[in-house]
Amino acid sequence: MPNTFELIASSTVGSGGAASIEFTSIPATYTDLCLKLSGRTSSTGSIYEWVYIKFNSSTTGYSYRLLQGNGGNGFGSYSGTSQYSGDIPDGTATASTFGNYEIYIPNYAGSTNKSFSVDAVTENNGTLAIEDLVAGLWSNTAAITAVNFTPRNGSFVQFSTAYLYGVKNA
Amino acid sequence: MPNPTRIEINCETGVESIIELTDAEVAELTYQAELAAEKKAEEDAAKAALEAKKLEVLAKLGLTSEEVAALLA
Repeated sequence: MPNTFELIASSTVGSGGAASIEFTSIPATYTDLCLKLSGRTSSTGSIYEWVYIKFNSSTTGYSYRLLQGNGGNGFGSYSGTSQYSGDIPDGTATASTFGNYEIYIPNYAGSTNKSFSVDAVTENNGTLAIEDLVAGLWSNTAAITAVNFTPRNGSFVQFSTAYLYGVKNA
Repeated sequence: MPNPTRIEINCETGVESIIELTDAEVAELTYQAELAAEKKAEEDAAKAALEAKKLEVLAKLGLTSEEVAALLA
């Protein structure tokens, strides 16, 4: 199993916020990719907000299965065919809290459809907080060379960070 | 008012660019958000209908959810 993480690139959102964060020209020299996001969006109303994922600028071929813990309503299982990949806090959540979101993409440079898994938690000093376990699929055989993260509503706020790691055998 | 910006990081060069979204990109974001909201509402409605159907069947059988769970355990 791949066991060495190497930081490929990172970004910290500046004072103006960012509608999306995208890593491009990702080298094909690793076996897997892992991205860690500390994020919060500017949208308001839900306490949490969806994060859409997009590979190689493609908006089609996505599906997911979701197990979600919800501090307000217990837990549930969901599925869909959107670019949904997890949740982070929105502007309604406790001020200055950021959610943790981690996505793992095995065999990203291979020639088969691309699976990915996400483990994400929002953060909120209140009853409603979300934990997501997502099994995702991008039904496309192209090697992944770009990954884009976009909140469904609003923008990533200042100090949101994203770190992209390449994973391979030592 | 300027459009929102996006961050693009080129992993080969390490160069980070902050790019203003075009009007078309803003429109696409808005459209996708509306589409997602509609889809979510449809999925929630389908789930609620299924739950209601289950309760209807249970009522016909004269069983509670707990009793069905005990039977299936």
